[in-house]
Amino acid sequence: MTGFVALFRKELVRFWKVAFQTVLAPVVTALLYLLVFSHVLEGNVRVYEGVGYTQFLVPGLVMMSVLQNAFANSSSSLIQSKVTGNLVFVLLAPLSYLEFFGAYVAGAMVRGIVVGAGVLAVTLPFVGLQFAHPLWILAFALAGSAILGALGVVAGIWADKFDQLAAFQNFVIVPLTFLSGVFYSIHSLPAFWQRASHFNPFFYMIDGFRYGFYGRSDTDPVTSFGVVALAFAVLATLSLLLLRTGYKLRQ
Amino acid sequence: MTAAISVSGVTKRFGAVQALAGVDLEVRQGEFFALLGPNGAGKTTLISILAGLTRADSGTARVLGHDVVTGYRSARRFLGVVPQELVFDPFFSVRETLAFQSGYFGISGNDAWIDELLTNLDLQAKADANMRSLSGGMKRRVLVAQALVHRPPVIILDEPTAGVDVELRQGLWRFMRRLNAEGHTIVLTTHYLEEAESLCSRVAMLKAGRIVALDSTERLLARFNELYLEVRLAGGALPETLAGRALTDGAAITRVRLSGHEEVEWILAELRRAGCRIESMALREPDLEEVFVQIMSGAAPEGRA
Repeated sequence: MTGFVALFRKELVRFWKVAFQTVLAPVVTALLYLLVFSHVLEGNVRVYEGVGYTQFLVPGLVMMSVLQNAFANSSSSLIQSKVTGNLVFVLLAPLSYLEFFGAYVAGAMVRGIVVGAGVLAVTLPFVGLQFAHPLWILAFALAGSAILGALGVVAGIWADKFDQLAAFQNFVIVPLTFLSGVFYSIHSLPAFWQRASHFNPFFYMIDGFRYGFYGRSDTDPVTSFGVVALAFAVLATLSLLLLRTGYKLRQ
Repeated sequence: MTAAISVSGVTKRFGAVQALAGVDLEVRQGEFFALLGPNGAGKTTLISILAGLTRADSGTARVLGHDVVTGYRSARRFLGVVPQELVFDPFFSVRETLAFQSGYFGISGNDAWIDELLTNLDLQAKADANMRSLSGGMKRRVLVAQALVHRPPVIILDEPTAGVDVELRQGLWRFMRRLNAEGHTIVLTTHYLEEAESLCSRVAMLKAGRIVALDSTERLLARFNELYLEVRLAGGALPETLAGRALTDGAAITRVRLSGHEEVEWILAELRRAGCRIESMALREPDLEEVFVQIMSGAAPEGRA
């Protein structure tokens, strides 16, 4: 257990030491999205009755920040340690693969949620947000960040070079988050894309998270949470299998 | 008594390269042991298998009786490895690095021992410096400290003195001798064979993934108990009586084989009688380097203890 705590703490200290880049920068990015999109679309797009576009957008942006930063944390920590070779210090230690997985995912969750909370805190004074079901907000934030943290572990183990990881981020993570209903309700999409969105687990994370704010969503939050939990189970199993067999880490 | 390290029938192949071709080795507790061999002989692969960084294709490896795969937690707790590559985490200071490493081994509040390590490795002044700002030699010493944070009874050093200056190297060996005297088993690989000769009581030599020599340092040296007198003659020719045992090494230096130190007097007398003028001379005893070269070239008789 102490091994897990040490590795978890190391993961926290690691991103916190460069918080300018790992926390502040993504908060600013999210705010820029908010400024641009709300400026262009506020008053033109109405998704739910009584909810302005900017109000609709904020939870989506918060969740997007949570997800992208959770992924960035575990994946970049692993690839950096692999490329520089210092992962050996963790591999030499008597840590179980469960502790290894837990520490990287927990570190990713904290980074994701800290960035998400940062975006939320900055927008709060300017946007009239509601908090209809705070527990759903928390549940989806935790589950979403855990999923992306686990995905980051898988990607970090798989990638041998930084550009492979960047490709994963640019061709998988970013499209899936952008096309998940951060900026729109999928009900505004053509039927085909609506159906397609239902195969995107990110859609359920965003939709369920937003339900926590306004009590309205495209899909029932219980269903969404079920999908999200299943996605986590699949990714956790995959990363634990990789870690147990020592794939790419212990030749 | 359980062996500190016990390896049996270990093989490992990387693609087309047979890195280890069936290695059996036992290192007893309290030994100062040298693992020697040219680059690519399989030393680092063997160490990686013991450390759990690499998995053997077949065979077993144990640290103090604990299998490195099935009993990895105990095996790793009992083992401290100084890796060959100069690796570090640029996010942290020396002290943070050592505190986290202690934590990975389940040790909290390790400050007293960390301070002792820093003192012994002459790193106190850099305790709070970021790893990036350290010189190569300092980084190497932090690696040593990292391997020792959990006070492992068995310590493996994979070329710990590469790129470390003489003074620091001596300091490091003083510290290792002390740890050895306190009961730690120490295994080292090095390309400085005089280090191995002066520190280690037993030596294993690896070549192409096999152990080609395994014996006490003393007996290995004795196996090549050839003694030479090297003379540089300023004038005169080697007398007939010595010609039979002379090996001419280039033009200037003549090596004369001796069967014992007592022959020196007689040889000098023969040289004087022949009217030779000696410019310089030296008595050469076999050293580990010579033994190593002979074994690796396959010229030496193979043997195992």
